[in-house]
Amino acid sequence: MSKEPYRRSFAALAAILAAGVASAPARADADPERGARLYESRCIGCHSLDANRVGPRHRGVYGRRAGSVPGFDYSPALKKAAIVWDAAALDRWLANPQSLIPGQRMNFRVTAERDRADIIAFLKRESGK
Amino acid sequence: MDTSTLLRPASAIAVGRRGFLRTGAATTLSATAIALLAGCESVAGTGGDPGNDVAILNVALGLEHEAINAYQIGAESGLLQPAVLNVAVLFQSHHKEHRDALTATIRKMGGKPVAEKGKADYVTALNASSLRGQGDVLKLAARLERGAANAYLGVIPSFRDKALAQVAARLAADETMHWTALAGALSEPLPGKALGFGA
Repeated sequence: MSKEPYRRSFAALAAILAAGVASAPARADADPERGARLYESRCIGCHSLDANRVGPRHRGVYGRRAGSVPGFDYSPALKKAAIVWDAAALDRWLANPQSLIPGQRMNFRVTAERDRADIIAFLKRESGK
Repeated sequence: MDTSTLLRPASAIAVGRRGFLRTGAATTLSATAIALLAGCESVAGTGGDPGNDVAILNVALGLEHEAINAYQIGAESGLLQPAVLNVAVLFQSHHKEHRDALTATIRKMGGKPVAEKGKADYVTALNASSLRGQGDVLKLAARLERGAANAYLGVIPSFRDKALAQVAARLAADETMHWTALAGALSEPLPGKALGFGA
């Protein structure tokens, strides 16, 4: 029996899984108001919406290319990262920044998926998306 | 606002206003740093590649630079009552000890400590021009302290050296202590639920 059909099936499955990872939608139940409260308590130590501080300003981050805020001194790794911050990328970043972009400097992790989703919903809203 | 809850510690009085004028970071391990970092494998050179740990410590150092400058801005604002100023001096001195310990550790691990920015940069970044009274200064300090506590808690899983992770937890404890005192002064309620920090 030819192995070709199996190869095609695996290739199709791999493509579906890859597409799912690359374009995972934001959770439908994500709550930007709760995200705002989480942002205020978790992120404000280093970030602001409108000012570069220890970390870059966040307004407009959703849909923005990584490492592109003017006037912020990014790590070389982040400068050359070919990433646009959508829900999937932000989720992976907040879960484990070093895993997504080795050599980055943030290293702050938000371990709970629900918390990440709510923070991302807040950032998306504040980015006008 | 009840600033009577900001007790006047003797050590703060000893530090005094001149404490705000001290600049520069220690270049060798201070007694505080040695105590803080006892048992840290990365610092001792036995923990393998410490590269990412150095990056984490450098972000922490940037956060401490900002905290020191935030208290400096508050102290120079003329908005703080003397008793509150004394506590601010004490908290700033804690952040300076954090800064010195982090700076010395980063250097010992072969890294380059991130430099302090100019004061004008902090004034802009912290929107200091919006401060109108003592309450505004305390609210800003409380926000930054709670954020700093959560920042330290949030990087703990990323440390390669578990002893450095413990250092981050100890730094978070200091920031939480600061936040608790500031929240009390602002008459903010204590958290209704446990485990409100980090996670």
